[in-house]
Amino acid sequence: MTDAPVSSAPSNAPSPKPTPHVKDNAIIRFEGITKRFGKMVAVDNVTLDIREGEFFALLGPSGCGKTTLLRMLAGFESPTEGRILIDGKDVASLPPNKRPVNMVFQSYAVFPHMKVSDNVAYGLKMDGVDGGEIKRRVDEALELVKLGGLGVRMPDQLSGGQRQRVALARALVKRPRVLLLDEPLSALDAKLRDQMRSELTSLQEKVGITFIMVTHDQDEALAIATRCAVMNRGVLTQVASPGDLYEFPNSRFVADFVGSVNMFEGVLEKDEPNEAQVRCPELGAPVYLDHGVTGARGSTVWVALRPEKIEMHKRAEGSTAMKMEDAPAGTNVVPGVIRDIVYLGSETNYEIELEGGRRVKTFRSNLTRYDQEDFTWDEPVWLAWHACSPAVLLS
Amino acid sequence: MEQTWKQAKAAFAAIAVPPIAWLFLFFLVPMAVIWAYSFGENTGPITIDLTGTFANYVRALEPLYLQIFWKSLIVAGITTLLCLIIGFPVALAIAFATPKMKSWLLLLIMLPFWTNLLIRTFALIAVLREQGYVNFALEWLWNNASGFMTLVGLQPLGEYEPLTLLYNNTAVIIGLVYVHLPFMVLPLYSALDRMDRSLMEASLDLGAGHLRTIWSVVVPLAAPGIASGILITFIPALGAYLTPDLLGGTDSQMIANVIERQFKRANDWPFGAALSFLLMYLTFIAIAAQAFIQRKSERRG
Repeated sequence: MTDAPVSSAPSNAPSPKPTPHVKDNAIIRFEGITKRFGKMVAVDNVTLDIREGEFFALLGPSGCGKTTLLRMLAGFESPTEGRILIDGKDVASLPPNKRPVNMVFQSYAVFPHMKVSDNVAYGLKMDGVDGGEIKRRVDEALELVKLGGLGVRMPDQLSGGQRQRVALARALVKRPRVLLLDEPLSALDAKLRDQMRSELTSLQEKVGITFIMVTHDQDEALAIATRCAVMNRGVLTQVASPGDLYEFPNSRFVADFVGSVNMFEGVLEKDEPNEAQVRCPELGAPVYLDHGVTGARGSTVWVALRPEKIEMHKRAEGSTAMKMEDAPAGTNVVPGVIRDIVYLGSETNYEIELEGGRRVKTFRSNLTRYDQEDFTWDEPVWLAWHACSPAVLLS
Repeated sequence: MEQTWKQAKAAFAAIAVPPIAWLFLFFLVPMAVIWAYSFGENTGPITIDLTGTFANYVRALEPLYLQIFWKSLIVAGITTLLCLIIGFPVALAIAFATPKMKSWLLLLIMLPFWTNLLIRTFALIAVLREQGYVNFALEWLWNNASGFMTLVGLQPLGEYEPLTLLYNNTAVIIGLVYVHLPFMVLPLYSALDRMDRSLMEASLDLGAGHLRTIWSVVVPLAAPGIASGILITFIPALGAYLTPDLLGGTDSQMIANVIERQFKRANDWPFGAALSFLLMYLTFIAIAAQAFIQRKSERRG
């Protein structure tokens, strides 16, 4: 992990989602895990604790090593270096069929030659559970994933979403300590995906099992997880709650990967406990911050500004000079001209050209039915944002 | 665009007619002639009258020939079973080898195809005969064991009696397994290689061991591949001619050897033709069985 996020101010952090089912003990512990495939380093010295009852997301672009980490936990790969502890016990010597974790595969991997109920019963049979108990638990699991009554179907008579539920039931029926989900929603269409998101969270709260999900979709991770780990090229970049990840990214990679962002390179000019200032040539104006950052004066930093945190105000034609009295209230104000408008219904995305030619994105909620008519193409505007909005990044 | 392709009748004919004509002239016509012969009678050294008699078939169903048919089925069946038992682990190993190893292993499986069957069979004779490598190796072991017995003060084992590995049914089966193993391994490999690996991982993940996974997941899903492997091994094994001819003894002839004798030494083409067609009907039954299995598993998805 890199340094703590420089602009994180605990007082500003959103109050975390209430998670009474999350306990303090680390059910999973990765200790200095490295995995090499030949010369390629897939996972690079990852140390990470996952607490019991969490819905944890491993987030990152494809090839970042998140799936490899999950497969090492399931036992399909073994780490080149480091230890994996489940409930405090080193699982290095345990094959996949002896580990107290179960997996929902990306392709679902539902056995095509078995009825739905036989698919779900498979794991219980392997554990030597007796017949009556198997039947009871299979019915219960199918009920849990809302497939009650479909036990007699063959997998090819099910839709993709139903097959995924079979895979979920098949894994949950074994009452694992940890459920692993490999890109669980990637194969579903958009509507079904939204529905499954909320179903997965309520399912997890209901069964109280620790869920670990691998995903490349940041929306999905933010929406579902109680905590996320962002990975990039095998390295764990940041581990935080969805809110902290979005508002207090610790690096340019995280700021850019999670959500949409305007990034400006600058020089840290002033750094006091209660204020700071970054000179950004591209912006044509300094960025004022209402909190201190821990960086050396004169060092290069990056200012990350989320589009929805930029306000847009009307500006009289020609008033381009940086005069605070011309501008609406607010510490940070720059002039620009609207160059592109994308109307999305709930909000409108604008692209504004600054005086230096750099373009900035801003999102504006359509609070009334006429808001979209407020601004038009080639209109001069002021862009303003609060001094606490930008995140200053050192790397 | 499809329309224009079908409308270009001249081009279509130019492409389709030669192979169809070829099949007709050199496959269907000779088959029809042989089929007609099977209802004929020898009236002279080279003349056959097509009398429409069923006498050839009646003779072919005499116990003597039925027994040889039956024996051919048994030998081909044992050969196929042995090929399956040996070939399945081999195919599994190739399917799970690294991509680089995979191409080498496949090459090793194909290598015998590039050598003449006659040469391979004679090479096998050199391995199996009384003065062959198997007996040499066994003799060496025997003598060492015998020497050891003397050393520890026991009675020596006596003179080594070479095993008779040639010119019997065992030799025929060894030879047939050797020749037909690639026919079994390749379809099995292609079925196993296509299989979704996550299904096996899911089975392991759910608590099944490796053997259990193979039995409960891999074998049922590879069933179409196993069926075509069995078929593609069984049919040529059933009609094997060279292997029983060279490796078999007097009592290990198979149906193809009998057919050959009718066409050549006995100069009884009508009877040979009847035997040939009975063999072909047996083959058709095997193909139909395989198609049935295939359809059943396809319906399952």
